[in-house]
Amino acid sequence: MLVENKSGVLARVSALFSRRGFNIESLAVGPTENPDLSRMTIVAEAESQPLEQITKQLNKLIEVIKIVELDPTAAVQRELLLVKVRAPMADRTQVLQTAELFRARVVDVNTETVTLEATGTPDKLQALLAVLAPLGIKEMAQSGTVALGRGPRSMSGAGTLRPVDRTA
Amino acid sequence: MTSTTPRESATREAATREAAAALTGVETTARSIEEAAAVPATGITGAQSLVRSLEAVGVEVVFGIPGGAILPAYDPLFDSRVRHVLVRHEQGAGHAAQGYAQATGRVGVCMATSGPGATNLVTPLADAHMDSVPLVAITGQVPSHAIGTDAFQEADIRGITMPITKHNFLVTDADEIPQRIAEAFHLAATGRPGPVLVDISKDALQATTDFAWPPRLELPGYKPTTRPHGKQVREAAALIAAARRPVLYVGGGVLKAQATAELAELAGLTGAPVVTTLMARGAFPDSSPQHLGMPGMHGTVAAVTALQKADVLIALGARFDDRVTGQLSSFAPEAKVVHADIDPAEIGKNRRADVPIVGDARETIAELVVALRAEHEAGRTPDLAAWWAQVDRWRTTYPLGYDWPEDGALSPQYVIERLGAIAGPDAIYTSGVGQHQMWAAQFIRYEKPGTWLNSGGLGTMGYAVPAAMGAKVGCPDTTVWAIDGDGCFQMTNQELATCAIEGIPVKIAVINNGNLGMVRQWQTLFYEGRYSNTKLHARGSGGGSDGAATPKPVRIPDFVALAEALGCVGLRCESRDDVDAVIEKAMAITDAPVVIDFVVGADAQVWPMVAAGASNDDILAARDLRPVFGDNQV
Repeated sequence: MLVENKSGVLARVSALFSRRGFNIESLAVGPTENPDLSRMTIVAEAESQPLEQITKQLNKLIEVIKIVELDPTAAVQRELLLVKVRAPMADRTQVLQTAELFRARVVDVNTETVTLEATGTPDKLQALLAVLAPLGIKEMAQSGTVALGRGPRSMSGAGTLRPVDRTA
Repeated sequence: MTSTTPRESATREAATREAAAALTGVETTARSIEEAAAVPATGITGAQSLVRSLEAVGVEVVFGIPGGAILPAYDPLFDSRVRHVLVRHEQGAGHAAQGYAQATGRVGVCMATSGPGATNLVTPLADAHMDSVPLVAITGQVPSHAIGTDAFQEADIRGITMPITKHNFLVTDADEIPQRIAEAFHLAATGRPGPVLVDISKDALQATTDFAWPPRLELPGYKPTTRPHGKQVREAAALIAAARRPVLYVGGGVLKAQATAELAELAGLTGAPVVTTLMARGAFPDSSPQHLGMPGMHGTVAAVTALQKADVLIALGARFDDRVTGQLSSFAPEAKVVHADIDPAEIGKNRRADVPIVGDARETIAELVVALRAEHEAGRTPDLAAWWAQVDRWRTTYPLGYDWPEDGALSPQYVIERLGAIAGPDAIYTSGVGQHQMWAAQFIRYEKPGTWLNSGGLGTMGYAVPAAMGAKVGCPDTTVWAIDGDGCFQMTNQELATCAIEGIPVKIAVINNGNLGMVRQWQTLFYEGRYSNTKLHARGSGGGSDGAATPKPVRIPDFVALAEALGCVGLRCESRDDVDAVIEKAMAITDAPVVIDFVVGADAQVWPMVAAGASNDDILAARDLRPVFGDNQV
């Protein structure tokens, strides 16, 4: 979703989801190439009919500029994971090898733990966590999904992605 | 527009249309009065800028109450040509603004201070949101440096009203005031109308700023679709032309769009039965033989059944509310649905539309007329004789009616029926919520738009008196009757003091059955007559099978004495023979508000009825009386 970059917009969007009985699985908000606009990427589980209704309701929010439903197969999706793994010297090699396999970077090291940074699809990050779990995950922070449609088109500007139909 | 409106309402419609256009077209420059008021000014206060903005946008009246945070605005308001009506409770201000808006078609305006003043507006805002009433609420907020500190009289009214307004603003910069006010009026009046709240911090009202008009609107995400899609319209016309059992299902959107002349044309062209929802009473004349009345939980048997048996429903500015459809899965099972609405989110929300049309009702209906003419010219004119024969059978077998109470008490339906007959179709009627509301929707004959104002979606008890006040301010030359229950009346009657002092001579008919009548009816029907907490009268007073009659009724409150205390004329009527005389007496009093206490039987019930959640097929024409339809489908 492209929304106006104003205070209160996130509250309106999230409140609308809960008021209409939808669960948000993940939500990411950030700036865009246009300083007046923010981009929200929302992952929600819904059948097509309720999805259409929530999309229409979101479109009624005055500060919502555009909504595009991204088909997972036609979009690049990424999440960011920071994970602090127990890594005593005995296990450290295994942790680092795992990191390498998943193309994760070491961003902090001390005698007890290693903190890894990984990006990828939700599936890839789940797989990484599954491998790290037996070693002992001390703490983790995971972002919501951000995504862009594949191909040359964009949500704003020429050759735009088709917005979800507002008229029917 | 090909509008030819034969009815007297044409002038009023045109006037309100023009006013609405004036309000919505904030960018237009051809308005001399507004231009005079919109002289640029420098070095004025935010409060002065606010009042100038209200003047420039064409506001003629504001209903409100001052208080700490909004106080700066009241100083320039004191000198303004904008009239301020000092109400007794902010809820009254909100409902008055609604009544004004619904009677005139213009945006209603209310004003309150921060904290409790603002929270008291929550009910009318929610009400206006549900019923799509164009409203602008202006609230004071604590100074911006104090926001978030739990300051005295601080409430996050923007956060509180997010789900019950079309949009809302918090303004902390005085320079933004004209733009936000212009945007608020534009949003309130255009597209699907609704309430907009502008919360302005006290320091913004006190700061020095410059005023220029018109400001630029910055609403990049707001582009309501008003023009219907031609292909959809033609598809709808083809469906209508081929229908054998069509029904025009008319909702409040037709009134909001001031499309009654277009509707009359479409109805004439289709020859189809018309039903008008609770929010649309008056959109189509009750005197028309095509009109089956109101559908829904307490609709007429003919209206409910025609929808059930229809093969094509033409829903115009209606939203398939649960009170209309009953059990959704069995609503109009054989019907293909043409659904025209300005709000795309309404289409397909409850009932799948076979032909969706997003657009303004007036434009849509006008284009439907053209498209349908083309169908007819191509020789596709349906024969609806068999359908009408069937509909007429339902109509004549199960007309609206009522029984007189067995205990000799006054019939509330009779009172309302006589009131409608005596005050006539030129009067404006408002109502509260409950039995009296349903009877007022059933037994008064509405002929013109803007003559029936009620709280349909939210069902707000206490709407009638302040809404009548607002309607009377907007239409001072029209007789305005509030038909209220004794329960409702006790929620908002303080505004009668406002009416008495401000010279707003409304008329109130309290249908006093001493009970929360509709709840009591449900207790009778669904809770074995266990009347838990529905009796409002003192033990022994009033009628009803549960209360033993006493020779001297105790009246708490005594509505006649209450009316007099509030500066109104108080009248009472307890017998059938006095009904006409007391109504006529009230009609003759034009210089003061009048309250009539109609003491009526407590056991009267609203019929027909479809029980909550039941299928419309199971409508009961009267208690234990299920209509037998038996006849074959056309």
